[in-house]
Amino acid sequence: MTYFKLTGALLATTVLGTAAFAQELTIESWRNDDLTLWQDKIIPAFEASHPGITVTFSPSAPAEYNAVLNSKLDAGSAGDLITCRPFDASLALYDAGQLASLNDLPNMANFSDVAKSAWTTDDGSATFCVPMASVIHGFIYNKDAFAEVGVEVPTTEAEFFDVLEKIKADGNYIPMAMGTNDQWEAATMGYNNIGPNYWKGEEGRLALIAGEQKLTDAPWVAPFEQLAKWKDYLGDGFEAQTYPDSQNIFTLARAAIYPAGSWEITGFNAQADFEMGAFKPPVPNAGDECYISDHTDIAMGLNAASPNAEAARTFLDWMGTEEFATIYANALPGFFSLSKFDIAMEDPLAQEFVSWRGECNSTIRSTYQILSRGTPNLENETWNASAQVIKGAESPADAAKRLEDGLASWYAPHM
Amino acid sequence: MAERRQIRWHIVVFLTPAVLVYTAIMIFPLFNTLRLALYTEVGQMREFVGLQNFRTLFGDPRWSDSFWNALGNNFWFFIIHMLVQNPIGVLLAAILSHPKLRFSALYRSAIFIPTILSFVIVGFAWKLILSPIWGIAPGMLDAVGLKFLYAPWLGKEEYALTTLALVSVWQFVGIPMMLIYAALLTIPEEIIEAGECDGLTGWAAFWKIKLPLILPSIGIISILTFVGNFNAFDLIYAAQGALAGPDYSTDILGTFMYRTFFGFQLQLGDPHMGSAIATAMFAIILIGVCIYLFGIQTRMRRYQF
Repeated sequence: MTYFKLTGALLATTVLGTAAFAQELTIESWRNDDLTLWQDKIIPAFEASHPGITVTFSPSAPAEYNAVLNSKLDAGSAGDLITCRPFDASLALYDAGQLASLNDLPNMANFSDVAKSAWTTDDGSATFCVPMASVIHGFIYNKDAFAEVGVEVPTTEAEFFDVLEKIKADGNYIPMAMGTNDQWEAATMGYNNIGPNYWKGEEGRLALIAGEQKLTDAPWVAPFEQLAKWKDYLGDGFEAQTYPDSQNIFTLARAAIYPAGSWEITGFNAQADFEMGAFKPPVPNAGDECYISDHTDIAMGLNAASPNAEAARTFLDWMGTEEFATIYANALPGFFSLSKFDIAMEDPLAQEFVSWRGECNSTIRSTYQILSRGTPNLENETWNASAQVIKGAESPADAAKRLEDGLASWYAPHM
Repeated sequence: MAERRQIRWHIVVFLTPAVLVYTAIMIFPLFNTLRLALYTEVGQMREFVGLQNFRTLFGDPRWSDSFWNALGNNFWFFIIHMLVQNPIGVLLAAILSHPKLRFSALYRSAIFIPTILSFVIVGFAWKLILSPIWGIAPGMLDAVGLKFLYAPWLGKEEYALTTLALVSVWQFVGIPMMLIYAALLTIPEEIIEAGECDGLTGWAAFWKIKLPLILPSIGIISILTFVGNFNAFDLIYAAQGALAGPDYSTDILGTFMYRTFFGFQLQLGDPHMGSAIATAMFAIILIGVCIYLFGIQTRMRRYQF
């Protein structure tokens, strides 16, 4: 921490020395893992081509980001640039007049409508954040472990559990590294990872929003039934295992499979000294069409109250260029650019993940758009339900019913 | 001729700084919180709604279930402290005050040290000790052949709260011990000796002479424990996060209030509902303290030496 403060101070003094009237921009973000990347690569690249503007990246803890950001915006002390969560959380900020419309940014044309959908109003009239990246769900596995046990990458549900069973019987590895202590992994890397294959991606997601399908319907209960079977293949005491515990267990080669999001790639590359591969969520039956969660996850918007709006717009417009997309995608393999440019990525694991876009149908996480606007918040409830189902504390049918009841209590199409 | 009473300015002068500071950082925020509980936010405007927030808190099952769950957990947290921390504190004090005990200063310091540690350190250290993956608890139990007793305590709904309460007891057992120890030291030797002449020794002397004399201290400790427990937050937050998992089984009023007031993860903060919960906490603690002050303390017998 002191190190960063020191470099920050040093940077500030050098900058102040050269350009006395520099406009200073501050970025709010939950990506504290990316601090060095922003300081060493992205910001210098921007400042080199835009003298007179200096940028500071000032992240807060992911779990507290939304709350901290809201208080800062209300108090008028938030930074100029706001990292946007997808869908409802950011839409609420735009509706409250705290994010500015970015329709007039020239480089906004470099993004497809699908890419922009997570940060556009329901009527499509305004886009308020520049899309940065999406993340893809799947499973990362330890290639050495698979070779040792003698199993192949599974493609169907039956093969998946067969592999888990063999790794368990072999006894050298924990079959799967996941815990339920922090709850969100169970929903994000569990339910929303394997789910799209059952509810058929966009088709099911849109039907759920329209009220044509219920969470108690078979396609929505099936992922819970799968999760209930995971219990036997998680490590001892998984109930108290936290997210960092799971990451460490996998990168220390104590577990063979890690239910993942592609954002893990950077960290895993740095930590693990064995070869990793990735496989997509297994389909129920051989030959079924596959669906993956390719979730529009992160974007950047403009604080409507920013005193440096012009400089901030310059920065946001630069984020729509190929230069930014290339730096970002290669510095953070696993965060896949949403722009129309064809970006060459070097990381093999990232290439593996992104190749699924060509083989499968993409969808986004089912709970994010519209369904998490009310109280109870469906996404939060899904965390709890998924964790309970994995622990065996609640049956899949009961969990689904609880979610549906909660949704029906405020969402008209489900009433 | 009646002397005109002078206004004693020095009293005002001496009191002012304390009153000002106390008003600014305690009384004003307290009353402002109570006031905030009567408002809500509609659109971007703050609007007066009277007791509507309390009606939601106690009337809407989604809120009231969380509230009663947190309150129940809080009582359990308090009961564990009363049943474990305070008796152990008294016992340790009784042992420490025994004149023949050697190294008593060492024991006293060792038992008191956890009290001065930060909650964050205690929460993190115990989380590591009890961790099924990196912790030393499973290994130690294995070494004495009791591995079957091990469970991921912090991850099981049925044990997590009790485990955290015991961690808190471990941290704070030094406080009742010190207070009782001090009370025991004030008991004059003559009374003990007089008791010995009447045939009261050892445990009988403790029960019949010392315990009645330290009862007022035990009363004070109980009320301090009550206030401390119902304001607790840090340890649960440090060990389990604001979601107070698993499945809200370690949720106490402090974490419930924090989650509501400041928001957590995707849940956005609602200062007005948060203030309503804070007001309820204030009322609970106030009632508890009043019961003690008027119901118990006034009836307690005091002995003059």
